[in-house]
Amino acid sequence: MAEDIIKGKAFVLGKNIDTDQIIPAQHLVYSLEDPEERKFYGKYALSGTPIEESGLPQGNIPLVKDDAFESEFNIIVAGPNFGCGSSREHAPAALQIAGVKAIVAPSYARIFYRNSVDGGFVIPLESMEDLSKEVKTNDELEIHKKDRVLKNVTQDKSYPLKPLGSVEDIIAAGGIFKYARKMGMVPEKEKEVS
Amino acid sequence: MSMTLTEKILAKHSGKREVEPGESVWIDVDVLMTHDVCGPPTISIFKNEFGEDAQVWDKNKLVIIPDHYIFTEDKYANRNVDILRAFASEHTLPNYYDVGTDRYKGVCHVALPEEGFTRPGEVLFGTDSHTCTAGAFGEFATGIGNTDAAFIMGTGKLWVKVPETMQFYFEGDSMPPYVMAKDIILRIIGDIGVDGATYRTMEFAGPGIKAMDIESRMTITNMVIEAGGKNGVVEPDEVTEEYVKSRSDADYELFHSDPDAKYYSQHKYNLEEMVPMVAKPHSPDNKATAEEVAGTPLTRAYIGSCTGGKLSDFVAAAKILKGRKVAIDTFIVPATTEVKQGLSTEKIDGQSLKNIFEEAGCNIGNASCAACLGGPEDTFGRLNGEEVCISTTNRNFPGRMGSKKSSVYLASPYTVAASSLNGKITDPREYIN
Repeated sequence: MAEDIIKGKAFVLGKNIDTDQIIPAQHLVYSLEDPEERKFYGKYALSGTPIEESGLPQGNIPLVKDDAFESEFNIIVAGPNFGCGSSREHAPAALQIAGVKAIVAPSYARIFYRNSVDGGFVIPLESMEDLSKEVKTNDELEIHKKDRVLKNVTQDKSYPLKPLGSVEDIIAAGGIFKYARKMGMVPEKEKEVS
Repeated sequence: MSMTLTEKILAKHSGKREVEPGESVWIDVDVLMTHDVCGPPTISIFKNEFGEDAQVWDKNKLVIIPDHYIFTEDKYANRNVDILRAFASEHTLPNYYDVGTDRYKGVCHVALPEEGFTRPGEVLFGTDSHTCTAGAFGEFATGIGNTDAAFIMGTGKLWVKVPETMQFYFEGDSMPPYVMAKDIILRIIGDIGVDGATYRTMEFAGPGIKAMDIESRMTITNMVIEAGGKNGVVEPDEVTEEYVKSRSDADYELFHSDPDAKYYSQHKYNLEEMVPMVAKPHSPDNKATAEEVAGTPLTRAYIGSCTGGKLSDFVAAAKILKGRKVAIDTFIVPATTEVKQGLSTEKIDGQSLKNIFEEAGCNIGNASCAACLGGPEDTFGRLNGEEVCISTTNRNFPGRMGSKKSSVYLASPYTVAASSLNGKITDPREYIN
């Protein structure tokens, strides 16, 4: 399993952030494999969010600066129903490519949640309450996965997180393929066989 | 143990006698569908994980329908269709519907039933959130991402958490003549919210749904994702069977919910009391009646997509547009090539729908997803600026149909057609009583 503590700067968004906002459809044409094309998903991550609602509470902060391909923010804190709408897996992928490691929201749309977990892109953590009004963009955060706590270092506050439940093993393995290999459901990749 | 229709399908496909909501099960997949946006990354994950020479688990069960970015000069979009074509050829896939050939279909969710791939009792996964449309045929159908699709492509299986079921019971044998299925589902989404059915099944029951034709049922199940639903389902009946038998020779199994099945919640609607609805910008649950927002100025009208681009949607629009002229740019985008053909053959008082739309001053496009999701900048009907559009599509998120500066109102084909004549939101009761 990856590191137990995820540290980073907070990027705060409101409720019902849909996947068209996370990665607008016109950008869904780039290859996710090609290293040069792939970078554009990072560049355009969250570019569909109305700018006044981007980087709360003050707004007008893009996740990724105009001339950049990666973000200075690693942890997204958002309101309920994060990732609603289209099933595009390019959405959690774009956030990962932009440098986002984890999301903290009180609830997720089902397909986004699944895609995040099964593809091993970002860790979708559920908070007990909507923290998007508590945490401020640029706050220094720490997620302690084992203890299931979000620490806001800047504000010196801590918030409990919900257990991951049945997907914990898939997240720990790093995605559905790695999990299925561990369980013997899918043969090992040839190059990985020693 | 008593079970719902969805629980019975998932039990059968996981090889169990019964399943319970909350339980995670691995299920066998009957059909996997993908398209030009999510197909190429799915194929690359498939090859990466199973090997360059890996075989698809069952060629007859994989359906590839390019439909999103078809009529565009965008080189990356066109490259993605080339990737699908090469994969279909490499694996001699029988169910590939190539662009630029007689086999080209258009919007996958309407093409799947036309081609006989939606059958009662089956499990259908697709790399598109509106795959839930196929629940209209009494099957379990839902959208997934590329990784899950690649997993199915190699194994024919996927894990699912058995959802709880919310039942929506429609009383009343018929809707008023000015109300369409779109109005019903917009009302429900407005009532329960965009996350009102998250992780759950929305089951539609009662005499009201039984009285609906198959395309109206598809409009309802199509939009369950807009309430966060995992799947939407209608119990199969003679309407379902008549359609399915006309499109497929395959065997299928009919499942029904037990009378004492457990529901998360039950909701009743009397269809006879429904009125024309709209969803205001920028969320499908931002409901109002057409009457409440009548007079709102518009710059564009759009009739198309998996939700509102079926033949019956165009028949409805044509009823209002016949012999009249539109006041704003009005785009007609048939979902599939079969629907487009129908515009020429289907007539109202001897005049074809195509002729009615042309005389009214509408722009008629080719079958595809087109501007429903914006797409590349040269997409037919795309909102490239500050347009205010009324649309028969399914989503009005910020920037969904193109520019972030545009606004979208969602409504039925009747309401969109009536509004196009006046350049402002118009209650269709002005034209239909």
